[in-house]
Amino acid sequence: MKHVLAHAAIASRPLTGEGAGTADAPQAHDRTIVLEAGRAERNYWSDLWHYRELFAILAWRDVAVRYKQTVIGVAWALIRPFLTMVVFTVVFGKLAGLPSDGQAPYPVMVFAGLLPWFLFSSALADASGSLIGNANLISKVYFPRLVVPAASVIVALVDFMINLAMLALIMAYYRFVPGWQIVFLPGFVLLAMVGSLGPALWITALNVKYRDFRYVIPFIVQFGLYISPVGFSSSVVPEQWRLLYNLNPLVGVIDGFRWCLLGGQSPLYMPGFLASLGVVAFFLWFGIRYFRRTERTFADMM
Amino acid sequence: MTDAVIRAEGLGKKYLIGHQVERERYRSLRDVIGRNVTAFTRSARDVIAGRQLVVGDEIEEFWALKDVNFEIKRGEVVGIIGRNGAGKSTLLKILSRITEPSAGRVEIKGRVASLLEVGTGFHPELTGRENIYLNGAILGMTRAEIRRKFDEIVAFAEIEKFLDTPVKRYSSGMYVRLAFAVAAHLEPEILIIDEVLAVGDAEFQKKCLGKMQDVAGHGRTVLFVSHNMGAVDALCSSAMLLEKGAQPKELSDSVRATISHYLSSQRSSEGSASEWSNPGREIDHPVLQPLYFAVVDLDGKAVTAPARNDEQLHIVVRFDVRQNDPALNIGIAIFSGRSEELLWSLSSDADETSRVQLQKGKQELYCALPKRFLNEGTYRIELMASLHCREWIARPGHNSPIIFFEIRGGLSDSPYWMNARPGILAPNWSWTRSPVGQS
Repeated sequence: MKHVLAHAAIASRPLTGEGAGTADAPQAHDRTIVLEAGRAERNYWSDLWHYRELFAILAWRDVAVRYKQTVIGVAWALIRPFLTMVVFTVVFGKLAGLPSDGQAPYPVMVFAGLLPWFLFSSALADASGSLIGNANLISKVYFPRLVVPAASVIVALVDFMINLAMLALIMAYYRFVPGWQIVFLPGFVLLAMVGSLGPALWITALNVKYRDFRYVIPFIVQFGLYISPVGFSSSVVPEQWRLLYNLNPLVGVIDGFRWCLLGGQSPLYMPGFLASLGVVAFFLWFGIRYFRRTERTFADMM
Repeated sequence: MTDAVIRAEGLGKKYLIGHQVERERYRSLRDVIGRNVTAFTRSARDVIAGRQLVVGDEIEEFWALKDVNFEIKRGEVVGIIGRNGAGKSTLLKILSRITEPSAGRVEIKGRVASLLEVGTGFHPELTGRENIYLNGAILGMTRAEIRRKFDEIVAFAEIEKFLDTPVKRYSSGMYVRLAFAVAAHLEPEILIIDEVLAVGDAEFQKKCLGKMQDVAGHGRTVLFVSHNMGAVDALCSSAMLLEKGAQPKELSDSVRATISHYLSSQRSSEGSASEWSNPGREIDHPVLQPLYFAVVDLDGKAVTAPARNDEQLHIVVRFDVRQNDPALNIGIAIFSGRSEELLWSLSSDADETSRVQLQKGKQELYCALPKRFLNEGTYRIELMASLHCREWIARPGHNSPIIFFEIRGGLSDSPYWMNARPGILAPNWSWTRSPVGQS
């Protein structure tokens, strides 16, 4: 094939084609980039903003392909939390006889906890594997690497929306009306996402270097389900341990969700909530710091 | 202020590579444990320090690129040439910001887009339309930009009918065309191309080259990595040579000079051998094993000095047929000094009744190179052997034995023509005269 190429090239030697003027001239605002060993990116965050469309389109891609070539498609997003809710209600509510929050029906209370749990765990799992999953992109094209894990968190948000609609149906079935606190729900959704993004950034960066962390995530997710108040109310934890219990950031998130959705049936334990917030903030700071420190070597390690 | 869009100073890139120490076949359990403990403690240390894990018993620093300096001006089309492993791809990866340099610095003005591999980020489950948006965004286009050029891209790729089909159902040709079409409609200030043009059919390649020249014509800068010296010579306004990660000293910017320097260095390292003998198991096929391959003169001796154009040369191939196979086919491919493929000649070109029979056993084939045919210059001959339409035994550009010969002088019997002629060939054709119009 190459000889063809060479002749074609010779035939059309003049470098100025006919199409002159149709294409845009080079943009006036040429930015000068300096690449140097170990040099921190000066306009990191504005660069990230510059790539917001890529973020949107990667998120859209992940959502679009998530249920392609599955038989029941989006129904998967409904079946998993629903069956979990049934099992937890039977095991914790009926067999173990744990109390619900206030007057709230046990299934509603469980589901209000499952929402953030699934949001957190699937965001954590997806984002942690995201860099490895997009290795072909990372070794071929430049963009701020933070876009990749951040976009994969969005997929979990879509599943969350579907689950939220399901919660509305369950509440309607039990004729349970949430209170005014529900206006704070978006804040807690954000908290759950940020809470998963922090550790996910750290783990996904580690995963690039040391593939051991691939095996850590399923374990964390499995473990987390039991040490977080998903199947039961955090009010069953003895008072003197509650602050310590809240060092698990999910405790704050789940309690927050229940407070929003169950309309005051589940009072928020403030010191604990603040502790959870602190832990979330710490992980986010730590995750971003670690990610930024290592991201420029990702392509070499893939 | 200079017009340089890329300026590199002392650029270097270091990798760590691990080696396995040669091991005895039998080893004691104690050795194994000892080695594994050493490896484990080192890994643990690396993890704690946040360093990269390297597998192997010995670790070596390897500079893929070392102390590279250059300046590229706006609107230049720069060919980057060098052997495999010379650091070309590493350089492009640094310039396109995929990896960071370990030493030195580069200044880049303007948006860089690289076609290190077309179709990066295509998702097989998505349709052609969706992939255009996805791929465009990955390569750095905005949504508005893609929408504006959408029809152009589709027309360029010639996939109108399949726009809403998932790309996993595309033929590979369609896939590549679509991928290249998206990339070709990027409008970066600096475009980096790594031999992606070697895809698609001839018609499409022409289109791609036209597009590339368009880009260059609009004052944009193109970096073009290729092994095709013909294309580099034709397309590039300057050239840069890399040898083992560094630039050879004192080389002029002229494309021709750089290319010939590259080719001569390649020859000296590959050996300008005019004969090749199988050093053992280099090509070891159940059907055929080539043994010897050379350009010889009339006495049957390998030609080492430049030969005249009017000298009779033969190409000889000695080989061992181990198994009769009617599809066995032997031939040669001749390349010019600029690596352009000139011609193929095959033992099966002749009519079936008069064709040479390749029977089991050792034998030699001769092919007479026509006299008074080739221009002055160096030529490369690669041996071809295949089972026709089934598989390659020796494939040019892959595993073929290579020999070289040089033609100098003898182009013309006229005293006016002592040197090389323009053009690829220099045949000496006969001219006859007959008077016209005399009554």
